[in-house]
Amino acid sequence: MNQTMKPLTANTPLVEIQELRVTFTGGAKPVHAVSGVSLQLHRGEVMALIGESGSGKSVTLRALLRLHSERHTQTEGRIVVAGHDVVQMSQAALSQYRGAVASMIFQEPLLALDPVYTLEQQITESIRRHEPVSSGQARARALELFEQVRIPSPERRLQSYPHELSGGMRQRAMIALALACRPQLLLADEPTTALDATVQIQILLLLRELQQALGLGVVFVTHDIGAAVEVADRIAVMYAGRIVEEGPVRSLIREPRHPYTQALLTSRAHGAMPKGVRLATIPGAPPDLSEQIPGCSFAPRCAMVQAQCRAEQPPEFNIAGHHRVRCIDPSIKRATATPLSVLTTPQSMTLP
Amino acid sequence: MNNAPPIHHVDVGGKSPPLLRVRRLRKHFPLKGELFRPRKVVRAVDDIEFEVLKGETLGVVGESGCGKSTTARLLMQLTPADGGEFLFDGQVIGGRELPLKEFRRQAQIVFQDSFASLNPRLTVLDSISFGPQVHGVSSAEARKLAQDLLDRVGLDPVRFGGRYPHELSGGQRQRVNIARALALNPRLVVLDEAVSALDKSVEAQVLNLLQDLKQSFGLTYVFISHDLNVVRYMSDRVMVMYLGEVVEIGDSESLFANPRHPYTAALLSSIPSMDPDQRTEVPALSGDPPNPINPPPGCRFHPRCAHASAICHQAVPALTSVSLHHRVACHLHIRGSGHPQAPIG
Repeated sequence: MNQTMKPLTANTPLVEIQELRVTFTGGAKPVHAVSGVSLQLHRGEVMALIGESGSGKSVTLRALLRLHSERHTQTEGRIVVAGHDVVQMSQAALSQYRGAVASMIFQEPLLALDPVYTLEQQITESIRRHEPVSSGQARARALELFEQVRIPSPERRLQSYPHELSGGMRQRAMIALALACRPQLLLADEPTTALDATVQIQILLLLRELQQALGLGVVFVTHDIGAAVEVADRIAVMYAGRIVEEGPVRSLIREPRHPYTQALLTSRAHGAMPKGVRLATIPGAPPDLSEQIPGCSFAPRCAMVQAQCRAEQPPEFNIAGHHRVRCIDPSIKRATATPLSVLTTPQSMTLP
Repeated sequence: MNNAPPIHHVDVGGKSPPLLRVRRLRKHFPLKGELFRPRKVVRAVDDIEFEVLKGETLGVVGESGCGKSTTARLLMQLTPADGGEFLFDGQVIGGRELPLKEFRRQAQIVFQDSFASLNPRLTVLDSISFGPQVHGVSSAEARKLAQDLLDRVGLDPVRFGGRYPHELSGGQRQRVNIARALALNPRLVVLDEAVSALDKSVEAQVLNLLQDLKQSFGLTYVFISHDLNVVRYMSDRVMVMYLGEVVEIGDSESLFANPRHPYTAALLSSIPSMDPDQRTEVPALSGDPPNPINPPPGCRFHPRCAHASAICHQAVPALTSVSLHHRVACHLHIRGSGHPQAPIG
């Protein structure tokens, strides 16, 4: 499949992102969509990136496949996926990498699938692009994939065009296409947001099951904390282009440390809330990413803000059990302050 | 702005009768047919009956295609119904006592897409003051009213009044839509997925705002959403729709705590768990919601129902009371329906 792949030890993470910065330069003012994201994902692990619109979660995900327009995007930092340097690789290597090492499922399968080809044509094209197999073998594999994602009467459905399927079936077909070349990393961009609750849970369970059966690494972007809790091993919470908190799903949900994560969890209507109780809210709105502010981006909306928060970007602290948080609130019990490069990187400190 | 509550409308029939009574409401959308073949129809809303009580919030839930939004549009008289009757506070809508223009003053709607529902060429103040001017308020008074309303929905009239819709965020635009809906001092506000497009932190702000406005303006809400957690939080009563029919309607707490219809139960168990140690293991329903073009005979839910028996294939279950404020359309709960698990009559 890929000859350039370096031998990897069991401890090498499948995905290693270091200090990723993505700036869109197409508009009047540059937009700093991602400002210093570092992340590791191990094989067989599911990471959910959660956050509001404009938090940089989808931009981070797309950077993993280098999907942003090269002309209008400035990408800095390092992204290594299974030994491949995504930021530096050539166009030829990139098209080998996409699909075979990492592939993506999108929110709206009707837009992501080609309307003028049958699903079988699309899947076999993708297989034969990456593997030297006959069209018969590719068709057999397409059928196997459709069975794997549990599409009823798969032979018939393979001959369908995308518009002939229902929303849930289309998303299953999209997953089959993404898995066609046996990737190690599956990226999912809000895969269930456009679906009904009854279908959403089916797709989430299918993703979880396939991930376990195939040992995939998954990065899953969602704004729905419930969906993240259903499938993720770890959750990273993003705000204004940075990860503000990241940790194992249990400790993040039960003991959220960052004021933003806490507010996000308490502001949702849930279960049997007594009538008439007001929802806790976060005042204000997410910041404008074309204007960089010196301090913590959440400071203007934070209930526990201190003078220091507005002055400088808070460092990242490790707390027990692989849980890290970017907040200086002294009530957060921290194990050690990480001497992260964030603190010393000049551009994170220089101000416009 | 003065915080005195606005003048309340005179309840024509007193406090107890429902604000809106809907009977045998039907809307079938014809499909492009083949020559010499009978035209197929989408049975979007099929003979539904319900009431909206004064001062309550009625939540409406169901999968896509179940007829939630069509019901909202029919209620607002935005789409002509194929059949059925509406009584708004005891008066026939469009009749002599309640002409359509007067009904539209008393009932307003807020849509999901905050951008598409505002005129891009009007400033926020112009949009809000447009309705009152149509109803005969002078332009100076209408602008004053619009400024007060902007303030009321949490937007500074000086800063935001002169802006155009594209200059606002989604949450701010939805606040403008709410202010516009309130400009005519309505009694009924239909919220059709009004918070669905908003981010969670903004959604909470808007939900709180809606609760406050309901209190101070004495409003009645019909709250349509696919987010069951939000519906439970907002609603006094909840109506569950499936393929154009009402399958269950009842007091919110009893319906969520003890759903009677197998479909409601399945819908509720599709809410993702918030406990990482109690993840959902088996989906409650398989497959997508079926097509409302050719709904199954008998109970429309029977092909997906775990409790279906012979009777469910044949007879349409009627909405039947199971307790004082809780009605369900399921043979399981109809005395002597012929379902093996039904109470014997």
